[in-house]
Amino acid sequence: MTEILIKNGFVIDPLNNINCQKMDIAIKDGKIVEKVNEREAKVIDASGLTVMAGGVDIHSHIAGSEVNIGRMLRPDDHVKDVVRKTALTRSGTGYSIPSTYVTGYRYSKMGYTTVMNPSMAAMKAKHAHEELNDIPLIDKAVFTLLGDWWVALETIAKGDLEECARHIAWMIRATRSYAIKIVNPGGLESWGFGRNVHSLDDEVPNFSLTPRDIITGMAKVNAMLNMPHTIHLHTNNLGIPGNYKTTIETMQALESVYKGDKPVGHITHIQFSSFAGDNWAHFKSGAAEIANYLNAHNHMTIDIGQVTFADTTTMTADGPFEFSLYELGGHNKWVNSDVETESSGGIIPFHFKKKNAVNAIQWSIGLELSLMIKDPWKVSMTTDHPNGGPFYHYPRVFAWLYSRKAREATLKKCNKKAQRKSLLPTLDREYTLYELAIITRAGTAKALGLKNKGHLGIGADADVAIYNINPETTDIAQNYKPVRKAFSNAIYTIKDGEIVVKDKEIIAIRPGRTMWLDVQTKEPYRINEEMKRKFKEYWTVEFDNYPVTDHYIKVPEKITIQASV
Amino acid sequence: MAEIFKSVVCPICGCLCDDLEATVENNEIVKMKNGCAVCEAKMVHGYKSDERILEPYIRKDGKLVPVSMDEAICKAAQILTDAKYPLLFGWTSSVSETQHVGVELAEELGGALDNCCSVCHGPSVMAIQEIGIPTATLGQIRHRADLIVYWACDPWSSHPRHVERYTAFTDGRFEKSEFKEYVQKLKAKASQKKVDAAIRRTQVRYQPSQPPKAAIVEAPPQSLAKAGRKMIVFDVRKTMTAEVADYFVQVEPNTDYEIFGALRCLVNDQELDIDKVGGVPVEYLKEIVDAMVNADFGAIFFGLGLTQSVGRFRNIEIAIAMTRDLNRKTKFVIAPMRGHFNVTGANTVFAWQTGYPFALDFSQGYPQYNPGEFTANDLLRRGDNDATLVISADPGAHFPKSSIQNMMKHPLITINPDWNAISRLGDVVFPTQWCGIEQAGTAYRMDSIPVTLKKIVEAPKGILADEEIVRRILEKVRDIKAQKNEKDIQGQQQILERKM
Repeated sequence: MTEILIKNGFVIDPLNNINCQKMDIAIKDGKIVEKVNEREAKVIDASGLTVMAGGVDIHSHIAGSEVNIGRMLRPDDHVKDVVRKTALTRSGTGYSIPSTYVTGYRYSKMGYTTVMNPSMAAMKAKHAHEELNDIPLIDKAVFTLLGDWWVALETIAKGDLEECARHIAWMIRATRSYAIKIVNPGGLESWGFGRNVHSLDDEVPNFSLTPRDIITGMAKVNAMLNMPHTIHLHTNNLGIPGNYKTTIETMQALESVYKGDKPVGHITHIQFSSFAGDNWAHFKSGAAEIANYLNAHNHMTIDIGQVTFADTTTMTADGPFEFSLYELGGHNKWVNSDVETESSGGIIPFHFKKKNAVNAIQWSIGLELSLMIKDPWKVSMTTDHPNGGPFYHYPRVFAWLYSRKAREATLKKCNKKAQRKSLLPTLDREYTLYELAIITRAGTAKALGLKNKGHLGIGADADVAIYNINPETTDIAQNYKPVRKAFSNAIYTIKDGEIVVKDKEIIAIRPGRTMWLDVQTKEPYRINEEMKRKFKEYWTVEFDNYPVTDHYIKVPEKITIQASV
Repeated sequence: MAEIFKSVVCPICGCLCDDLEATVENNEIVKMKNGCAVCEAKMVHGYKSDERILEPYIRKDGKLVPVSMDEAICKAAQILTDAKYPLLFGWTSSVSETQHVGVELAEELGGALDNCCSVCHGPSVMAIQEIGIPTATLGQIRHRADLIVYWACDPWSSHPRHVERYTAFTDGRFEKSEFKEYVQKLKAKASQKKVDAAIRRTQVRYQPSQPPKAAIVEAPPQSLAKAGRKMIVFDVRKTMTAEVADYFVQVEPNTDYEIFGALRCLVNDQELDIDKVGGVPVEYLKEIVDAMVNADFGAIFFGLGLTQSVGRFRNIEIAIAMTRDLNRKTKFVIAPMRGHFNVTGANTVFAWQTGYPFALDFSQGYPQYNPGEFTANDLLRRGDNDATLVISADPGAHFPKSSIQNMMKHPLITINPDWNAISRLGDVVFPTQWCGIEQAGTAYRMDSIPVTLKKIVEAPKGILADEEIVRRILEKVRDIKAQKNEKDIQGQQQILERKM
């Protein structure tokens, strides 16, 4: 393995409290080391450049059945963004849902090196892993949809959380996943018969429990299993005016689980769950209420789900929400895809427009939240790709955050009603590069429990991004355009100690790793036997054919975890 | 020594039943348990037929001559690199791993890539691209559906275990199997036939045979209003599936679009001012719609009778539109009955690498999609391509004559396990392993569930997996291209030197 020495860059490494310090970073055997032999190492002169750890994305739909149906659904989307084959890279198509190879290339060009694929029906796990194998240059992991899984619902309803935890551990192992994803708890099961739940205390039909039971139960289960990440939660009532109340109730429900040390829940794409107003005509922002709550409590983390004004494709496991979006959004193409005993799903193409009042307010809500939540360690930056906009629009979001000028320029073009309702003119805060590093790598890695990612300390994975930004000479808030450009195209991206992007071009291809948890519980044999018995009754595939095998993961990184049950 | 393999997956139709038990003796499958007749025909008998190709062949002076694998690979790679615009067709009876390499090969060659979807459910894919699709996995239907509609398909013959595993004759969590009722009905019918025959024989007298009467649609039976599972079949003829159904509606050929239109009107509470649509009285259609709206969970399955008759993808589009409208009143899903065991996989694998499910072209260096332009038959009939590779498919038996005639004007490479119509026409003929019998890999069920096919017997010596054949062709193509590049560079240098 080659050794690399990055000299004289401005290093921003929030997890190690390094803020724009001029220093060298040494890399050997894919890890950050204290020093390397300068004569033998490849030296990168980074003077005048910003050096950060590779970006970490906590929530981006890049692979799996749902994503792929979205791809198939929209040839109209692909024709406007085609990618040619080169001697090194594969061809493909882009725009709202890029093909697998293009996804890897584009993330890498932005200096991102780790991406979490946050939604996967367990039954389609093999598909998700096959696609992940085809996404080069980034490390990745998947979260399994478990909030409406029959076995979980039954064990929680019985009050036997330990039993629930052991079954969840079985499922995490069988699907080779990294975290528990919960989507509209109770709602997906109700959608099996075309219904939905509308509050935390509605009863889930055919199962005697409520969404509240599922959320708190799962959070406790998550703690029992010692999972590195918290539960990854898509709230009830997502996308419905007035839902900020449900979101706050959800967070309040989780207060009881909090022990004072680390967060117990992560609310994902919270922008979609921060709507105030009684109906669409009176639609307004609930960001202030949500931000106030989060500023006063420490048991939650969130990611934003920022809208970037794009012609995009919305996709979620929240089947009932997508149906209401279909009814609302002018009867565009609608895909619904229920998965037996586990989940549902839906897809709708959607164009977020500046001139649409609701869309523009949504854009504003995302930014308001990012700016009003004081502690950046609670916030991760996402667009909920592709729901709010494609991931390669991130630099636009950065610009809105670090530059008031950029925000105002966009706000000026927005719907007049939305402009009046927006809280943005009252917000002076501008993110610093240090804070930006927190919400794009350091904080995300911390929230995910990834110890070797998101920082440049000794022993960390040698995933590094070098951007053409000179923090000493540039006023980023005033010159937001060149900085935005710099974030779109990293000068260098280093993945596992190998330079993969140089001067904004891909120069080497390497497969990324797929991280998964091997959760060790008591009585694994009994659980296995029990699952075997249940299988014929619950699913239409055999027990033997269900789990993901080694064959499906090209470069696995198994993380073994000892559960307390 | 008999060895028993459990949870074997059947590599034939889109059902991908995975509960089979294979008994293997001396590297031969001798018995299959749980499988349907089709499964047994292929897995016990078909795969070891005399028609098996056992070595590679190249056509020399009009005759197929056995050659070594290396020679065949070289020849195939040479044909493909020499061609300006090769077509790679088939893929649907291969595992996903092979399809995966196939996309890479098509991209490297700058050729056209298409799968059998273009001659079966291609119109369904196009309809989905027009308006989406509300669908569900088969298990969801098994657990919840109390109304099942089969439209223009005959699963009893084409997907024999579909009804028994996934729909009317299976026990789900919320709905129970109707198999017992079916057996009772069948017994009653049989005894009725005996009585009829007895009566007929007592009154023997000469009767001139009468021409068959035009089909008359029977009135909907009482049972459509009952609780529990109900099954309705729409078809142009009384199929085996229609025999098991609660209600069979015989529609006039090529009137599906009208009938869907009428049903859709009725779902949306509109009045129809005609008496009959497609030969079906509107009164009956009303009752059918009532049954649909009153169902807790309805499911429609449709087959090639819709995709390949007048209206094509518009038939599917209106069927989906009706299903969508039904979702305002109850829960309804719709799903295509995919044929080949991995045709869904071909769509899936192509889409994640390129964005498009079939009808692909790489001639511009990036993927392009256009059914009607890059679909195999359209290319062939126009005579656009100048070499063809066919893998795990038999267009020789199924394509129009004009397509095959044009195909034969240029070199043809085939990769198939047995001597089917297209293999016999090939210029380079590769033998290959049977996917799911001799070769393991992934296949996607008709509802996009990935299932792992197993290897249960060893292939005859020297026969490679199709994945390996395609991969070796790809490597060879890259070699030839690299050599050609070198020569070009040398040539250019010589020209430059001369000029100097």
